[in-house]
Amino acid sequence: MSGDQALLDERGGGDSGQVAPVAAVRNITKRFPGVLANDKVSLDFRAGEIHVLLGENGAGKSTLIGILAGMLRPDEGEILIGGTSVKIASPRESLERGIGTVFQHVLLVPSLTVIENLMLGGPWWQALGSGAALKRFRELSALLGVEIDADALVGRLSLGEQQQVEIMRALWRGEKVLILDEPTSMLTPQGVRDLAQVMRRLRDKGVALILITHKLMEAYELGDRITVLRLGRVVGQIPPDRRRTMSEADTTDEVIRMMFGTRAEHERDAEILTGHGRRAHRHRAVDRSAPPRLSARALQTAAGRGECPLREVSFDLWPGEILGIAGVDGNGQKHLAELLAGQRPAAAGSLKLGEMDVTADRVPERRRHGIRYVTDERVGEGTVGPFSVATNLVLKEIGQAPYWRRGLSDWDFIHDHARVQIRQHDIRTPSERTAVAKLSGGNIQKVLLARELNEDAGVVIFNKPTYGLDLQNTRIAHDRILASAGRGMAVIVISTDLDELLELSDRIGVMFQGRMTGIVDNGADVERRVGILMTGAEAA
Amino acid sequence: MYALFTEAFLTSLLFGAVTAGVPLLLAGLGEQISEKAGVLNIGIEGMMLMGAYAGFVAAFYTESFGLGFLAGGLGGMAVAVVVAVLCIRHGLNQIVIGIALTIGVEGLTSLLHYFQFSKTYPRLSQAPVLELPFISDIPVIGRALFSHNPVVYLGVLLVIFLGWLFRSTYVGINLEAAGNKPAALDAAGVSVVRTRSAAVLSTGFLAGVGGAFLANVGAGLFVPFMTGGAGFIGIVLAMLARGRPVWVLLGAAMFGISLAMTTALQVAGINIPTDVVQMLPFAMVMLVLVIFARHSVLPPALGLPYVRGDR
Amino acid sequence: MSVETETVSGRPGNGEAVREIGAAVLRVLIPVLLALIIGGVILLILGKDPLAYYGYVLDRGLMKAGGRQETFTRMAPLLLIAAGLIVAFRAGIWNLGGDGQFLLAAVITAALAPALIAFLPRGLTLIACMIVAIAVAAIWSLVPAILKARYGVNEIVTSLMMSFLGTSFANVLIKLFFWDPTTTVPQTRSLPVEDRLPRLFDTTVHAGILIALAVVILVHLMMTRTAFGLKLQVVGANPRAAIHAGLNVGRLTIATFALSAGLIGLGGSVEILGVWGVVRADWNPAFGLLVVPLVFLARFNGYAVIGFTLFFSALMIGGESAARRVGVPQDFVLVLVALLLIFLALVEYLDHVRRKRVAA
Repeated sequence: MSGDQALLDERGGGDSGQVAPVAAVRNITKRFPGVLANDKVSLDFRAGEIHVLLGENGAGKSTLIGILAGMLRPDEGEILIGGTSVKIASPRESLERGIGTVFQHVLLVPSLTVIENLMLGGPWWQALGSGAALKRFRELSALLGVEIDADALVGRLSLGEQQQVEIMRALWRGEKVLILDEPTSMLTPQGVRDLAQVMRRLRDKGVALILITHKLMEAYELGDRITVLRLGRVVGQIPPDRRRTMSEADTTDEVIRMMFGTRAEHERDAEILTGHGRRAHRHRAVDRSAPPRLSARALQTAAGRGECPLREVSFDLWPGEILGIAGVDGNGQKHLAELLAGQRPAAAGSLKLGEMDVTADRVPERRRHGIRYVTDERVGEGTVGPFSVATNLVLKEIGQAPYWRRGLSDWDFIHDHARVQIRQHDIRTPSERTAVAKLSGGNIQKVLLARELNEDAGVVIFNKPTYGLDLQNTRIAHDRILASAGRGMAVIVISTDLDELLELSDRIGVMFQGRMTGIVDNGADVERRVGILMTGAEAA
Repeated sequence: MYALFTEAFLTSLLFGAVTAGVPLLLAGLGEQISEKAGVLNIGIEGMMLMGAYAGFVAAFYTESFGLGFLAGGLGGMAVAVVVAVLCIRHGLNQIVIGIALTIGVEGLTSLLHYFQFSKTYPRLSQAPVLELPFISDIPVIGRALFSHNPVVYLGVLLVIFLGWLFRSTYVGINLEAAGNKPAALDAAGVSVVRTRSAAVLSTGFLAGVGGAFLANVGAGLFVPFMTGGAGFIGIVLAMLARGRPVWVLLGAAMFGISLAMTTALQVAGINIPTDVVQMLPFAMVMLVLVIFARHSVLPPALGLPYVRGDR
Repeated sequence: MSVETETVSGRPGNGEAVREIGAAVLRVLIPVLLALIIGGVILLILGKDPLAYYGYVLDRGLMKAGGRQETFTRMAPLLLIAAGLIVAFRAGIWNLGGDGQFLLAAVITAALAPALIAFLPRGLTLIACMIVAIAVAAIWSLVPAILKARYGVNEIVTSLMMSFLGTSFANVLIKLFFWDPTTTVPQTRSLPVEDRLPRLFDTTVHAGILIALAVVILVHLMMTRTAFGLKLQVVGANPRAAIHAGLNVGRLTIATFALSAGLIGLGGSVEILGVWGVVRADWNPAFGLLVVPLVFLARFNGYAVIGFTLFFSALMIGGESAARRVGVPQDFVLVLVALLLIFLALVEYLDHVRRKRVAA
């Protein structure tokens, strides 16, 4: 650390402000319909410093960098580059000013090669001349310390490699500021370590790094300076010199205090924020004497374009237990969820519900037998946006009594039913007839939960249930999942957030390239064992 | 039956095939540019028809075929501007606007033609022909393939040019990105709207030139609704060609031959109803679609990325 | 303009309903006015008096009894095509093969009717022809339907191709198989007037209009009040959600195509059984594409479609007369329709933008 310290001292240290920050925002305010995303945010971003923006989902972090990246325009306030006020009206202008942004989801064209992706946006009247581009590519590869084949098709690279290409693309035109939006959500533990290394190298070379995250542990490990955001406002900042002296526990307390004022009543928020789910795990007694409710043997699916099929998945699931499915995104989890739900046919293998073989059943039959699926894509798949909340609540029961009799719709009954559900599940909506697309993410999730978790549910599959949700809605979702298990349902939770799985699960299965490489009990040493399984090694 | 294989018959058949196929080639190549960029240009029929009318009017009044082609291209582009503004820039539904434009251009050109030419029905003089030295002297093939209006040769050269453009230029990768993952193009700092608009305008120009060729060279006059689905055939060609201009050429040739077959058969004295022969190219297309659909060579749900109004 | 329509939810509450209806009326009236104005400008440029033209169209299309009857008669096939398109578009399926489906059904009807009337009473003949026509059109839609359902092949292109095939095939059928030997110009055997669809009261309007109205209303009720209709709308609004909800998208696609084509085919059949009694070779009124804008203008609502079809029929009938008397060719109507559709899309877009800004 001493090298870093020397560097920071050279640049005037934490708050001295002797050198003008590379970039800064002053009084940035941005409004969306119904929400104040940024409220007079003022921050400095200094060269040679990793500045972390920490806050829960919905705190306004993504909006702020959207403004810096030229995707959004602020309603009030200004952006300063090197002390001068500038307007950034488009992504191109942002790039030209030396601000590179790596967004959460990979924005590369899969059908083009690495070098072609990096050359996007070059002088359009020319033929592709890769000489200069290759030179720059090698420069950046050296800078980042990575090795990637320039002629490889992006679609064939791993997520970690794709992210590295994204970083290169962000730095292509200049290395002043690099913004990373929740970069670790798609990475293996090793991938996270590689990324951290790259970030530190860049920082040491003088780049100003901005890291967005909602995980305090990450902020603590990677950040030099931590700014805490809540509900669109800056609620506090931990400068480098302080951060160096504080332990992780101290930092947690400080952040919670900044966000909520007091730690009391916010224990669970604190745990979710810090990612210390393992501490929160409340051990449950699962009765495994009875036969399992769900048995999967050697399940396989057919491969689609760019998807990871199931190659070999077997497990048993007992009532009242929560089986977590861990693994980096794209290792077959989606196919698994769809297969269990009945949306995707099994190419081989068998699935039994108790004694009954349900392998050939599709969604309607599986649903009748009590298998429910809460999808990760709330808007793309789980609901029909223009339809009302009421219609979405009965979406999976079209044609069935009591909502439909002999094929005719009983709209009065459907609306009455919806009103009851809305009250029961605290769904915030102007009316049951409102289009579901108008609801916030958290409320759409409540609609899905209300629809899937009715009395007849016996097996429930949750796919990334808290993705994109703020702390409160995350808590609600976790409560519902635990309550479901408590009522005797057999629960599967698929998530890329290991902490979430550690908090909720009784056992954790790991997916790697379409295989369930192993299932471990959520006890001592679980993190290490899961980590090993995530690399593809079979269970120890 | 022997009449079928005389030199005269074959020559006129091949010659007719080229003349009939060139508008389809241009429409298909134009549509391919749009399709690459992620735009499904239903209005291309309207662009062709506008090009036919504008091209005819220009050639008629200026007595210059060159200006005729230019006017045709600009006419097609004018229609494309509407698509670019309404659909690309503002995100209105491409299919609805496309149908509206096709109907509108049909009505407008018919209207204008009525007021300008319905009494006189003027014809253009024979279009200029460029006979390629030496090879145009080869019996049958020479006269059939190498004694055509220069636009024909330009069309073939365009096939090669576009192949190079798609693979080896910045324009090519920008188009690919716009059609494959527009968000990536946007993040790279390139305007998706501008890329797609440029693509649509190019399509309009090419379709317009194709229409002008149809009117000025193919027929020598303008008749309302004369494109008769050529633009839609262009869409089919582009869809089947999957990004390779060479396939558009082959498809256009196939259509050209069956279109020319009608007149050629009549010349040979064979009495099959023209409708049967007209069915041939469409039947062949459907057959190809059925066969290749099994292998999923065609991208599923072609309409999907195009309807998304991404930045 | 989006294909998505209002939220599916039965009837809205009262005060909101009035405001919604008012806004909806404006959203329709403004494009109509704009289209008429711009159309008028075009007429002026071409040296014609727009007011005279519109006046004549209105008079001949709606005011004069004879014209009114022709208008209602014209509505029958248009309404049936509209019903077919509503079913398809609501399900997100672009059935652009209407012309081929219409024509084939018409030709089969024209060939079958004179044959059946020889030994069946009129009622049975008419019903039998209509059923066969529906079946023929539905079968003609099978190939694009299966290609889409099983392989995801874009139906715009396939239905268009089948349409071209269908129109040519219809002509082949007439010229090779159904040619009435007593005529010089290829056409089917004529169905005598007394064997066609009965006239209503003492007008020239035939019963087909009643069939058409009933069908449109039934289709509307089906879409809004039945499970099947809701399933189609789910597929149209979000195909992935349809799979997620357990709907058999493939089967629904084929069913939608068959129903849509069948209704359009019924339109062709009714037109022959009610008006012409015969199909001449190369006859093609090409209603298939023209009805598309009407269906969009009506935002897929059955009752609104009836209103727009009335308007459009009057325009067509009046326009046909105007072509002879005022010297404005019939194809001007196409220009009006196109302008209408474009202005509709624009007005909807501006309305959408205004709503978003108000909500902010």
